[in-house]
Amino acid sequence: MKIVITIIFISLFSLSSAFSQGYNVGDKATGFKLKNIDGKLVSLSDYPDAKGFTVIFTCNHCPYAIAYQDRIIEIDKKYKPKGYPVIAISSNDPEFNAEDSYENMIVRAKEKGYTFPYLFDETQAVCLNYGAKRTPQVFLLQKTGNDLIVQYTGAIDDNYQDAAAVTSPFLANAIDALLAGKKPEPSATKAIGCSIKMKQAK
Amino acid sequence: MIVRHNIIAKLITMRVITLFLFSVLLFCQNVFAQAGKEKPVQVVNFDQLEPHLHHNNDTVYLINFWATWCAPCIKELPAIKAVEEKYANEKFKVLLVSLDLPNELSSRLQPFIKSKNITSDVILLNDPNQNRWINKVDPDWLGEIPFTLIYGKHFRESYSRTFTFEELDSIINLKLNLP
Repeated sequence: MKIVITIIFISLFSLSSAFSQGYNVGDKATGFKLKNIDGKLVSLSDYPDAKGFTVIFTCNHCPYAIAYQDRIIEIDKKYKPKGYPVIAISSNDPEFNAEDSYENMIVRAKEKGYTFPYLFDETQAVCLNYGAKRTPQVFLLQKTGNDLIVQYTGAIDDNYQDAAAVTSPFLANAIDALLAGKKPEPSATKAIGCSIKMKQAK
Repeated sequence: MIVRHNIIAKLITMRVITLFLFSVLLFCQNVFAQAGKEKPVQVVNFDQLEPHLHHNNDTVYLINFWATWCAPCIKELPAIKAVEEKYANEKFKVLLVSLDLPNELSSRLQPFIKSKNITSDVILLNDPNQNRWINKVDPDWLGEIPFTLIYGKHFRESYSRTFTFEELDSIINLKLNLP
């Protein structure tokens, strides 16, 4: 009996990861309305002229996210004028690490001079919807009619340690592909990151 | 005669004291040597790590991907240590694969291992092209840590979660007692 319970227990663990993969390339993404660091609500519908969006789940405390701060600013500066602005979202429950609080998000955005909205996903609904699991994690969305289609997911590039040693700037290549009317290749990549800290049921 | 006896007594006392001090010194040296004798942390790329993920024998392997900056990883380290100790005499092996920055090996990882008294084998994986190797560990893994692979000759399971001792214990116990 004990073994049966254990087997059920183990199967549940293994299954839980298989179910929540979130958006895949080709999926229709839903919009959102979240509070920016300036206190104002930001929605993707606020950008009628955009061709799409680079939605990046990131946060303050994660060393991998920190390693990419400057590169995210560069991506925004380069591609916002071309129609693909960066929308950064922090979904971490600040209870795990006070560094990820809304107040500290404001501080970080000012310190680094973020050129893009840095939104607080307080209820974690957006991160659950997108299936974002770690920081930093990218969802590149392209406007297609009235829809937002996921065209690329994953990493920003292939070297978190050293921006100068990058051989494949995955995200930039993906946006360039979309701008050229092509499909990004690869359309999905992976990278190590900090897990997004979900609220615990109380 | 009395004087001579006194001198001998003094000499003996001094020798005993010297011997005692010498032993204390030896003992201390030993203790310090033990404390300073940490397991070296090997720094490897993925190709060098890969054989550790595919042993084909009767042992149950637990491979845990972690980092010192990952709070949920640190939280489960005592649980991993406890199962390792519980099954020390069984065919069970733990390998901790650190994803810390390679340039923080001596400033952060090694002091951490010492202060937390980590006795498991630790390897630092220095392979920045993660997109190349994450799928080779597990196609379902998105790259978040902690991430734990538990495998043996006839099974292979991966877990994207933080374990308690009880949870790990029940899994390892079951795997070690497979028919």
